[in-house]
Amino acid sequence: MSELVLETPVERAETPARRVRHVPGEEGLWVLLFGDMLVFALLFGVFLRYRAQDPALFRASQGALNTTFGAVNTLLLLSSSLCVVTGVRALRHGVSRVAPAAFAVAFACGAGFVFNKYLEYSDKLSHGIKPATNDFWMYFYVLTGLHLFHLLLGMAVLVFCFVSARKPALSERRFAFVEGGACFWHMVDLLWVVIFPLLYLVS
Amino acid sequence: MTELLRHRITAVWSLLIAATLLSWWLGTDHGLGSNTAATLAVIAVAFFKVRCIGLYFMELRHAPIALRLVFEGYVVVVCGVVIGLYLSGQ
Repeated sequence: MSELVLETPVERAETPARRVRHVPGEEGLWVLLFGDMLVFALLFGVFLRYRAQDPALFRASQGALNTTFGAVNTLLLLSSSLCVVTGVRALRHGVSRVAPAAFAVAFACGAGFVFNKYLEYSDKLSHGIKPATNDFWMYFYVLTGLHLFHLLLGMAVLVFCFVSARKPALSERRFAFVEGGACFWHMVDLLWVVIFPLLYLVS
Repeated sequence: MTELLRHRITAVWSLLIAATLLSWWLGTDHGLGSNTAATLAVIAVAFFKVRCIGLYFMELRHAPIALRLVFEGYVVVVCGVVIGLYLSGQ
């Protein structure tokens, strides 16, 4: 694939008159993303099924959660997503100085999320709340732990986006990887947007 | 740089932040007076946010129709199942 500075294909995509329908990233990536999203959807269902069997226990356990952790993490992930979108758009428009900075700030937001989770997990564990405590806590640790694993993968992807953004020119293929990586990060955000209300707010 | 930020995406982000603060308020203060009503509102807001992330951040509004429909279908079905299962436990 020839090297090109990414202005032509993308400017086109954002000009309504010449808009061409475009799959963000690689097509195969969407199989992975929807697969992941289905697995989480199943877990949401299982969580709610167990909740329906013992709502009182779930409500009481949920009372020990600090919603501030969940809400601040939502704000961090939404902001990191805005940075990632800005990074991708900067690459498209050839504003090369902005893109690496945008990916770096997104990474920092991700690190903030991990730090918050560390504080939250240590607080719960120090109070003797473990996955084995009851069904609510088991699903709390499974859902947030699996999500955290995806978030850490996403942070590695952001490093790839940052490194790519520093290159003077990107091949179309490499740009597609950056775009796909961005979508993976947005999926991490999207999943948290459901996990937060499900675990912390549903009453 | 300012051009990049002065875009519809920034407006969507502001909306998502506002929706998060609304859910937080609904979920902790039960602003609607009833737990069930507040929870249903919180779930609806969450899936509205999911759709915004897909269409605007993942750029699925410019994707081929098939991909967009799979995503829209996911949002509708998962939202419906979550609401149904929640109500079955009330």
